[in-house]
Amino acid sequence: MSAQRGENERLIAKRWEGEVAEGDVLLEVRNLVKHFPVGGGLFGGPAAVVKAVDGVSFAIRRGETLGLVGESGCGKTTTGRCILLLERPTSGEVIFEGRDLMTLSPAEIRVVRRKIQVIFQDPYSSLNPRMTVGQMLDEPMAVHAIVPERKARHDRVRELLAVVGLLPSMAGRYPHELSGGQRQRVGIARALATEPSLIICDEPVSALDVSIQAQIITLLETLQEQFGLTYLFVAHDLSVVRHISDRVAVMYLGKMAELTDRATLYAEPLHPYTQALLSAVPIPDPEVEANRQRTVLGGEVPSALRPPPGCVFHPRCPIAIDDCKAAVPECREVRPAHRVACIRV
Amino acid sequence: MSAPPLLEVHELRTEFSTAGGVVRAVDGVSWDVHAGETVALVGESGCGKSVSALSIMGLIAQPAGRITGGRILFKDRDLLALSEEEMRQVRGREIAMVFQEPMTSLNPVLTVGRQITEACEIHLGHSEAQARTRAIEVLGLVGITDAARRLRQYPHQFSGGMRQRLMIAIALSCSPDLILADEPTTALDVTIQAQILDLMKDLSRQVGAATLIITHNLGVVARYADRVNVMYAGRIVERGTAREIYANPRHPYTLGLLRSVPRLDEPKRERLAPIQGQPPDLTRLPRGCAFAPRCAYAIDRCRQEAPPLQSVGGAHLSACWVADTLHVRAAGGEREAHRETVGG
Amino acid sequence: MTTTTDITSLDTPAPERRRGWRDVVLDFCRRRPLGAIGAAVVVLMILVAVLATLIAPYDPLAIDFAAMLAAPSTEHWLGTDAYGRDVLSRIIYGSQTALIVGFGAAFVGSTLGAVLGVASAYFGGRIDLVVQRFMDIFISFPLIILALAMVAILGNTLPNLIMAMTVPMIPRCALVIRSSALSIREMPYVDAARAAGFSHARIILRHMLPNVMAPYLIMLTSFLGQAILLEASLSFLGLGVQEPIAAWGLMLRGAAVEFAETAPWMALFPGLAISLAVFAFNLFGDSLRDALDPKLRTG
Repeated sequence: MSAQRGENERLIAKRWEGEVAEGDVLLEVRNLVKHFPVGGGLFGGPAAVVKAVDGVSFAIRRGETLGLVGESGCGKTTTGRCILLLERPTSGEVIFEGRDLMTLSPAEIRVVRRKIQVIFQDPYSSLNPRMTVGQMLDEPMAVHAIVPERKARHDRVRELLAVVGLLPSMAGRYPHELSGGQRQRVGIARALATEPSLIICDEPVSALDVSIQAQIITLLETLQEQFGLTYLFVAHDLSVVRHISDRVAVMYLGKMAELTDRATLYAEPLHPYTQALLSAVPIPDPEVEANRQRTVLGGEVPSALRPPPGCVFHPRCPIAIDDCKAAVPECREVRPAHRVACIRV
Repeated sequence: MSAPPLLEVHELRTEFSTAGGVVRAVDGVSWDVHAGETVALVGESGCGKSVSALSIMGLIAQPAGRITGGRILFKDRDLLALSEEEMRQVRGREIAMVFQEPMTSLNPVLTVGRQITEACEIHLGHSEAQARTRAIEVLGLVGITDAARRLRQYPHQFSGGMRQRLMIAIALSCSPDLILADEPTTALDVTIQAQILDLMKDLSRQVGAATLIITHNLGVVARYADRVNVMYAGRIVERGTAREIYANPRHPYTLGLLRSVPRLDEPKRERLAPIQGQPPDLTRLPRGCAFAPRCAYAIDRCRQEAPPLQSVGGAHLSACWVADTLHVRAAGGEREAHRETVGG
Repeated sequence: MTTTTDITSLDTPAPERRRGWRDVVLDFCRRRPLGAIGAAVVVLMILVAVLATLIAPYDPLAIDFAAMLAAPSTEHWLGTDAYGRDVLSRIIYGSQTALIVGFGAAFVGSTLGAVLGVASAYFGGRIDLVVQRFMDIFISFPLIILALAMVAILGNTLPNLIMAMTVPMIPRCALVIRSSALSIREMPYVDAARAAGFSHARIILRHMLPNVMAPYLIMLTSFLGQAILLEASLSFLGLGVQEPIAAWGLMLRGAAVEFAETAPWMALFPGLAISLAVFAFNLFGDSLRDALDPKLRTG
């Protein structure tokens, strides 16, 4: 039985060999900007603009996991949505497998959508309550004609369910008949159905119980190895991001504050916001907590309607100087593979 | 502790009638809180921690929910024996509650000031002027500047973190002896969470109030709690000081939780060790220990008989038949797991 | 080596017995007896209409001047009208007209309205704005005025009548469904469908429409009652179904003024029939709304 399963999985993996080789850049985002107009009438212009994402650039290599962290309002979810083309970026480039998604025709976009998939946060609203699990997994394969014959699709649905750790009999169930963790697994299976190369994971475990979180994280890691997937892991839980990512980007109020590999970010964070963020995360060990040096960040996150001038972090920054107000700091490389947006570094 | 506890819960049982059957949300739990200390109730969704707090406050929604047994002794009075009128005196005045969702816990059509002064006027018999002074004082305590002006504002004019500060201000306004905080920071950002929790810790020390903090976040518990109760399926499965529980967990569930949570400070483990299986269906709890179906260390007895909560060393209690040998088997298991990932 | 198929999720047993239609119906009858009564009357009405040929004692069009204006008797249970036609038979056959015209208009109107509402919410932006303004214009005319105008313009045939009744219903339904659809549009599963590259039509019809079932059913049942009333009103005014077709409103037309004193049964029974039908639909619709209320948010 498990030999058969292993064989199936090998077959699936073989089919998924993409054009971009392991280690090459799969996705590159350049100067991504997304502004949301707010208020205003039919004839007047918008009263104000929410600068959700305001000039963000990064690249992800095939097979790696880039963690995107930040607190609410930082723009990480909007960045993910722009890559998925669920939002149309105001400006900037989203280059996937060498082609700028902004320049594609609708037909080409439809093809590209097979390769970029998404896993959402809330297992309770990310599945259509009126469709069975089987129908949900069958649909993308049917629509994209990945597997044209119905019988073959039926088998493939069972394969997918097995791969994410669900019983094949669950294909006949409706979402409300499954637990949160199981629903999230269905969401993952749905993302895998089109054989994507890139999966945007938008807070995939935040809404789950702690014990189930670990299951899902482990599942995601295993699937990545097995199928050569690339993840953009958007989350606010730093411990989880640290565990699963190869590189981490920290965002604040629409801008990127720091971007480097996982180990460096946690061992030597350079941006004051990153330092404060790491300091704020409680560690499940009273001994460690009692002896920790912490910097508690004062103040509140400013509104994205009226971001502070210059460096958006300067009002709360413990090391801010006058120059910080003057100009927006570029997120530049201060050490090899370590970018920081701070003039004091 | 020689002084009697401030709050003593004895064999509390609370159940809910649902379409699927009777849910024993709290199934015979006993614990206590002493003056000035911070006690945590930890567990995942459905374990009964929130229902415990609501039971104490007498806020269980009837008729679907009812408290079917036990006593809750607060300052030597059984809260369950009080009439609604008497209970109302206690609520807000002696026991205050801070809820999870600051968005919905504040009345959107009353000014912030009114919400604070209302409590003072009713419970402390303050006049309007006295209440206002107290309100300004308390807003200052929670770090809201320009208090006089902000008193006239409405909740929607405050951010999430500020609203939670307001909730704390309201809770503190009548100088309660005990504060129940139900997931007070779960809905907040990490940096704001740290601010709020530090604030609560400082204030409870200043004001001399004991705190019962209810959460699923093991990090928060490690940072702020003196003693910890771990709950699963309506029962307490382990109790001890925070240090004891984290350094030497004696229940497989606690052990499993600690192992499945990624930590910022440790080098990356190859894989997390998740707890297998699903959270239990509270309408169909198995015979014996509720955790047995998911337990890697379960023996036959676990499936027959539910273990009582008993001491495994001083005030460290665990409800597990194999608690004594757990740490040995766990350590061995870890070595094995390590061998697997390294050598294969 | 940890395999992907750590079947850690096997434990949840399937629900023992899925709630089937029978359970739903029984539950509804038990918890909302009034609504159940309304539903029973509706079912009765449908049965009467379907079995009309079998149960009607007389041919509704059969003229019998000898029995003109006869009071209710053992031969004619509800009496006869000015042409000697049996009132009971005409009422029985009148239910057919009511249902065909009423159901027809209500179904078409609410379904088209639902699709329009969902599409409008889905596309958003300028399309939504324009569609909404159009709907506003149509809604500003009372149901009957618009129907009257359309019949007057288009003529009096049955299909025209149905269309005249359908058109005013579409915008009303569209607007209500649109507000439910707006909240669905924000749901992640709609985003997932968009991210999967599904066409707009598929998303609207397959993903969004099935999730507005609750408000749709409520609109439908409320329209059914209104449609019957509307048909009756139009017929009464002479702009609906024409003689000699048996239709309740038409029966009122001939009877109400002229024979109110001499042959009150002519107006009484059709009037009762209309009231009963509308009342039943409203009862049922109200109970349905209450039953579906928590799920109006498409939970």
